[in-house]
Amino acid sequence: MIKTLASQIKEFKKESILTPCFMVLEVIMEMIIPLMMASIIDDGVETGNIRHIYTVGIFMIFAAGVGLFAGVMGGKYGARASAGFARNLRQAMFDNIQTFSFSNIDKYSTAGLVTRLTTDVTNLQNAYQMILRMCTRAPMSLIIAMFMAFTINARLASIYLIAVCVLAFFLVLIIRSGMKYFKEAFRKYDDLNASVQENVSAIRVVKAYVREDHEKEKFTGASANLYRLFIRAEKIVTLNAPLMQLTVYSCILAISWMGAHMIVAGNLTTGNLMSLLAYCMNILMSLMMLSMIFVMISMSTASAERVSEILNEKSDIVNPKNPDFVVPDGSIEFRHVDFSYKKDSEQPVLKDIQLSIAAGETIGIIGGTGSAKTSLVNLISRLYDVTKGEILVGGKDVRSYDLETLRNDVAVVLQKNVLFSGTILDNLRWGDKEASEEECIRACRLACADEFIQRLPEKYHTYIEQGGTNVSGGQRQRLCIARALLKKPKILILDDSTSAVDTATDSKIRKALREEIPGTTKLIIAQRISSVQDADRILVLNDGRVDGFGTHEELLAENEIYRDVFESQTGGNGDFDENGGEA
Amino acid sequence: MAEKVREIKGGPGHRRPMGKRPKVENPGKLMRRLMAYIMKNYAPHCILAVIGIFVSVLANVQGTMFMQTLIDVYILPVIGMNDPDFSGLLHAMLRVGIFYLIGALSTFVYNRILILVSQGTLKRLRDDLFVHMEKLPIRFFDTHAHGDIMSIYTNDVDTLRQMISQSIPQLFSSVITIVSVLASMIILNIPLTVVTLLMVGIMLFVTKNISGLSGSYFIAQQKNLGAVNGYIEEMMEGQKVVKVFCHEEESREQFKKLNDQLFESADNANKFANILMPVNAQLGNISYVMCAIIGGILALNGVGGFTLGGLASFLTFNKSFNMPINQVSMQLNSVIMAMAGADRIFRLLDEKPETDEGYVTLVNARKENGVLVETKDRTDLWAWKHYHKDSKTTDYEELRGDVVFDDVDFGYTEDKIVLHHVDLFATPGQKIAFVGSTGAGKTTITNLINRFYDIQDGKIRYDGININKIRKADLRRSLGIVLQDTHLFTGTVMDNIRYGRLDATEEEVIAAAKLANADGFIRRLPDGYQTMLTGDGSNLSQGQRQLLSIARAAVADPPVLILDEATSSIDTRTERIVQEGMDRLMKGRTTFVIAHRLSTVKNSDCIMVLEQGRIIERGTHEQLLEEKGKYYQLYTGNSISA
Repeated sequence: MIKTLASQIKEFKKESILTPCFMVLEVIMEMIIPLMMASIIDDGVETGNIRHIYTVGIFMIFAAGVGLFAGVMGGKYGARASAGFARNLRQAMFDNIQTFSFSNIDKYSTAGLVTRLTTDVTNLQNAYQMILRMCTRAPMSLIIAMFMAFTINARLASIYLIAVCVLAFFLVLIIRSGMKYFKEAFRKYDDLNASVQENVSAIRVVKAYVREDHEKEKFTGASANLYRLFIRAEKIVTLNAPLMQLTVYSCILAISWMGAHMIVAGNLTTGNLMSLLAYCMNILMSLMMLSMIFVMISMSTASAERVSEILNEKSDIVNPKNPDFVVPDGSIEFRHVDFSYKKDSEQPVLKDIQLSIAAGETIGIIGGTGSAKTSLVNLISRLYDVTKGEILVGGKDVRSYDLETLRNDVAVVLQKNVLFSGTILDNLRWGDKEASEEECIRACRLACADEFIQRLPEKYHTYIEQGGTNVSGGQRQRLCIARALLKKPKILILDDSTSAVDTATDSKIRKALREEIPGTTKLIIAQRISSVQDADRILVLNDGRVDGFGTHEELLAENEIYRDVFESQTGGNGDFDENGGEA
Repeated sequence: MAEKVREIKGGPGHRRPMGKRPKVENPGKLMRRLMAYIMKNYAPHCILAVIGIFVSVLANVQGTMFMQTLIDVYILPVIGMNDPDFSGLLHAMLRVGIFYLIGALSTFVYNRILILVSQGTLKRLRDDLFVHMEKLPIRFFDTHAHGDIMSIYTNDVDTLRQMISQSIPQLFSSVITIVSVLASMIILNIPLTVVTLLMVGIMLFVTKNISGLSGSYFIAQQKNLGAVNGYIEEMMEGQKVVKVFCHEEESREQFKKLNDQLFESADNANKFANILMPVNAQLGNISYVMCAIIGGILALNGVGGFTLGGLASFLTFNKSFNMPINQVSMQLNSVIMAMAGADRIFRLLDEKPETDEGYVTLVNARKENGVLVETKDRTDLWAWKHYHKDSKTTDYEELRGDVVFDDVDFGYTEDKIVLHHVDLFATPGQKIAFVGSTGAGKTTITNLINRFYDIQDGKIRYDGININKIRKADLRRSLGIVLQDTHLFTGTVMDNIRYGRLDATEEEVIAAAKLANADGFIRRLPDGYQTMLTGDGSNLSQGQRQLLSIARAAVADPPVLILDEATSSIDTRTERIVQEGMDRLMKGRTTFVIAHRLSTVKNSDCIMVLEQGRIIERGTHEQLLEEKGKYYQLYTGNSISA
């Protein structure tokens, strides 16, 4: 995990090394100052040597200057190294996600991916900066201060050694038990927020059933519980401050008492005593700092794990070694294809599929939910790889083609389709970067999208909001079809892509496709019988198997499922155009 | 999960909370309000905490002052003595030690108190926010992105926690430290105090300039971060489309551009923020050195009775003076951040709740000699209790489920009417269907019956009573609704069905589930009725969730039902099961149905065809077919989209 992350430091190695170096220099300067201080008092003030005061004073200011330089440089490089590290992490993850196959994507939720690219990277950026700057600074300052204290007076300095051990012991104790409670509290906190989320989105249900008081009771109960947990956790952590104070105070008293005796006995100078007391704060503060670093790093390990998981994920669909760059035609053949989403799954989603589709044919696909319609078509453009058997497009195994070539010639309009923020033209040109405005308009005419686009104030230059929220479902679907048409594919797959389009427009689109691009093989998945009944042949899928494959009339005569669906949708049981009329 | 992301992001016009940071208009007033909010429950706590901080700081200061006494009184005079007397020192140290102990103790106490204050206030704030939110009208949820509402509970409450438990106490202790240290310094030596103050002036000046620089870069960083996060969200949501269109290279390049911009601004912002600390630390050191040199000279010459011990104490004060000053400037920043959050919190609390001037209530009733009498027992008979102010009489009207729309106009905003002149009569037990295209106003009509929205003009009567006179809670209790989007709650299946009527027994719940055709699949779930549902029932299929929401309405057993179904994503076979459940539920109730399945609509007592907010056709299935109008077109599937 650390290796994976460290490999993303890349061009910021120089900064990553320089930062701790400068931090060490800064610490050294900071530590020298109390030493010179002692010299001023002992050799200057007490002996009345003003010259000495001046020279040491100038040295001290010089040391402060060097410290300033080191501190500024350390800060500068630290910022650059950590910001750069974050940039590289983000880019590397994003780049790797771009190589993900569908099954890689399925493994993670969208929200999960977003969190990894945003919050987790920010956490790591902060942790990295902390490591570079503080991880050297705190221990160095602890060690140097301790060393200095020992050179001044070993006997007195041993008091610090004891104090450090005692404080460290209690800090570890506090952190360990505190972290445990905090983890629990934060988990409950997430639950509480989830329930708020639930209430916000289901507010109509709450109000319709007049359950405001019920929800209030549930919420206040949970929040009281959270309150107790947080109090318990924080009670432990707030022991830190008084504990620190007690240790510092005890040190001061002990040093003062013993120091006074030693000075009087002539074994210690006043200046030395003051330096020792100055190191007291340095030593104990850096210990405190170390404990903070420890907490921060252990909190960011979860982020580190999540990020490296993405970085180490390998796409399971890769380009073949000597790929074919030409798809001869739009014929499709399935040869004993088995498919399951999980490799070791016993129940395949598709079982022994045997199909042969000629170029230019229009195939309707119908079947209940879970009958694996989408899985079937996704195999054609190699969005997933078959588990057993093979699929031929244009007479060649799909796995022999260059992926980009294959996917350009096999256009899929996905069931869950998205538009991106940008103008309508920008979105259409996803299909073909070079497409002229005329070509885009032509594609939109085919997809019956032109009619509504022309009525928009800015026509093809209308800005589509993120996720396409400013166009209706039916309009979105038609834009997505037009976008796919611009690829001029040899095979066009519509995966339930007109579900929100009214039947009249739906049939117009199908008519246009039939007449305008007759050479393209078309696969149409639909819920409505009316969307598929004029296809050349219709494939009936049931539970991952081909249940029937033939013309409308043949199936009506022979296929029970098809007849069943047909009857349920016609003869007074058909669809109303719920979404009709919006065009 | 993807579903959930959309939910969080909210509908159209969503803005990411990160990008917007509204200027707080009156921070003083806001601060006072916040303080008053905290003080309301915790005034004695706060006073105690202030005293605690005060004592703790003083204990620290007296310890530093002791340094002078230590050197001047107990060390220097006895140097070289053969038999030095340390009993005085022991005494003094004991006193200091006791003060230290008191100091540490009060640190402990005030920290404990502050936990109570901050967590208690946060709890109250969360509860108030939630309770208030539950009271807000539906309109509020329409006009505010869900993500923005959520961010108040998470981000804004969190920054407040930071402020109450850390920033304010630290500010406070810093100020006390500054004042008491300054006083001690003046007592010790005035010229050195002037030097120290001069250096502090320089420090503040430098801090202001550097943080100004880093501030503008931080704003740029925030903006770029928003852009990067937005792009990430969009691309992750559309990753499969990216694959299908082989658009990987383009999105990679686009991301690189945004990412590099973020890097530049993050680099600069952090650079200046990082520089601030060492600059101030070294300025502090220079201040220290200067005091050492000047103080050394002063002590050497014994100017104004300044002693070596005095110098030792002063130097310590010099250090402990610079630290809180840096802290104040740091904490002020986070207070300003928290104020923006407090502003959003109070703005939500200031939102006007749903008003309810209704006074007609729903009560259990019993028939005695043909007259309705109110009763406390649970009967199957319900009555509207109507108190007439003029005649000071109360009469009871049986709950039957008779709904009348009389020339109703409605618009979501005043200036845009979406329903025009809607007239409608539904007698008890009738089934009324609404048919029409999206946006025709079908759902809107049903939202008026339960007063999710109030009408602009006309009247809606329920059992002859104007619904404005009925208490909203009672009105809604008499209506069962199955919504387009099924929303389930975290909890067991049993809990979710029981949501319809909280006091329903297990048997009643199961009976309702049977009625809705849900019993079968529930029993096949791993824990049956005790199966936990999480994340809006994400472990169930769409059809199963629909069945549960029907069962939920069934257990409520209301006289009037509103079924706003959305079955387009359910396949035909599943839908038939859902349909059966619905049909059984509708029996004997006044039902308003929004449907797109003909079988549901066909046997309605009256079918309303809506277009652009007007009822254009009405009648039974046969009548409408004969009319050969819009309904006929829809039915025969030959409609040409207008």
